[in-house]
Amino acid sequence: MPNYRELLQQIKSEIDEVDVTQARDLLAADDRPLIVDVRELDEWTEGRIPGAIHIPRGNLESRIEQAAPDRAQPILLYCAAGNRSAFAAKSLEELGYENVVSLAGGYTDWKRSGLATELPRTLDGAQRQRYSRHVLIPEVGEEGQLKLLDSRVLLLGAGGLGSPSALYLAAAGVGRLGIVDDDRVDASNLQRQVLHSTARLGEWKAESAKRTLEELNPDVEVVPYIERLTSENVERILADGWDVIVDGADNFPTRYLINDAAVWHDIPLVHGSIYRFEGQATVFKPHDGPCYRCLFPQPPPPELAPSCAEGGVLGVLPGIVGSLQASEALKLCLGVGEPLVGRLLLFDALATEFSEVNLRRDPNCPVCGDSPTITEYIDYVEFCSGRPTHA
Amino acid sequence: MSLIRIPPMLRSEVGGVREVPAEGGTVRELLFDLIARFPGLRPQLVEDGEIASYVNVYVEGEDVRTLDGLDTSVGHGSTVILLPAMAGGL
Repeated sequence: MPNYRELLQQIKSEIDEVDVTQARDLLAADDRPLIVDVRELDEWTEGRIPGAIHIPRGNLESRIEQAAPDRAQPILLYCAAGNRSAFAAKSLEELGYENVVSLAGGYTDWKRSGLATELPRTLDGAQRQRYSRHVLIPEVGEEGQLKLLDSRVLLLGAGGLGSPSALYLAAAGVGRLGIVDDDRVDASNLQRQVLHSTARLGEWKAESAKRTLEELNPDVEVVPYIERLTSENVERILADGWDVIVDGADNFPTRYLINDAAVWHDIPLVHGSIYRFEGQATVFKPHDGPCYRCLFPQPPPPELAPSCAEGGVLGVLPGIVGSLQASEALKLCLGVGEPLVGRLLLFDALATEFSEVNLRRDPNCPVCGDSPTITEYIDYVEFCSGRPTHA
Repeated sequence: MSLIRIPPMLRSEVGGVREVPAEGGTVRELLFDLIARFPGLRPQLVEDGEIASYVNVYVEGEDVRTLDGLDTSVGHGSTVILLPAMAGGL
């Protein structure tokens, strides 16, 4: 039975090693390898080779396929001195990776040679605990969680749809949430608007939302806008900088207004709407897919478009549709998965049935089409008043 | 025969049901069969002899405006979805 020293010698004879100079040249080449730091978390947080990803030795076999699905992908492994990475290289070869090298001398030699290092941005201890269930997901991980903490999402409405969206986005650690709502909490809201409470009756919804969300997660900054979105204030609100907009508005003028603004500012718009037992959700991603006007070029005459205030809504329905919107917004912030672009998801709570229809970008769309005819904000209230002028 | 899915805001016109069977080989025939039985639907679905601009009609998940409009053929047993815009969110 070999001792550790003998086993290390044997392993090193079976793998490919590079020294610091060779590693530097490999990293400068066009087809640079994936750099994997296999040290422990406390070592990684002290500094790393620029561009490295972190997979501790103990998790290497289970996580490498996510980071490098292609077995031909060149990989450079390093640890502190080149021993753990030698064993790691052997494991990857056994997993079928064809181009794996281990950095002899490790990070210690790299740093001693005066080559560039960087301090990775990391979650602090409390954040690592709070977001541990995200960090465990390969598609999110620490990098993804840091992305969420840097993300800025604007929500239209702190009502039925806005309540669950905002709660889940805040819980997920989206760093900045803007909430546009000019309404106060009313008793008839509490059957579904779970951001608010009986004690908050009469308060501004945007302020009530801010308190609830910041109590849930102090990492999140909530920016309340106690105003109705209009052609006059939309540019000021968007100038605060948003990566994604979640539309939970309750009226057509706001929906057309935010659609046009989102197209012109190239911001993905996560759409949701609800009525009685049924809801719809989609993502309007400017120029990648259709916009709201491609889907509905004209609003219906007011007498044909009852609101939830007139027609009612099952309290939990916005919980489902708003949560779907939050899920889409998180995917967009993270850049993972297949967002609902070009697909309209329909949910029927009575039948417990999801269905989907395809949406296509209209090349003749007056806003996102090939030759747009609407290029500045219009009078959206008039446009939706039932006397629409064909644009 | 095809099944036409009636959106919640139009159900009062069809006795509250979620789906209504209709006869016809094209969207036009199906819609006019539906409207003949439920005349209250006409202003909500039709505008100047065309599908109203604020309603979308989907056959097997595709917007018929991207197919042949009212002349789009509908296979026996297909599901047709009527989808007016709805704004509710609060």
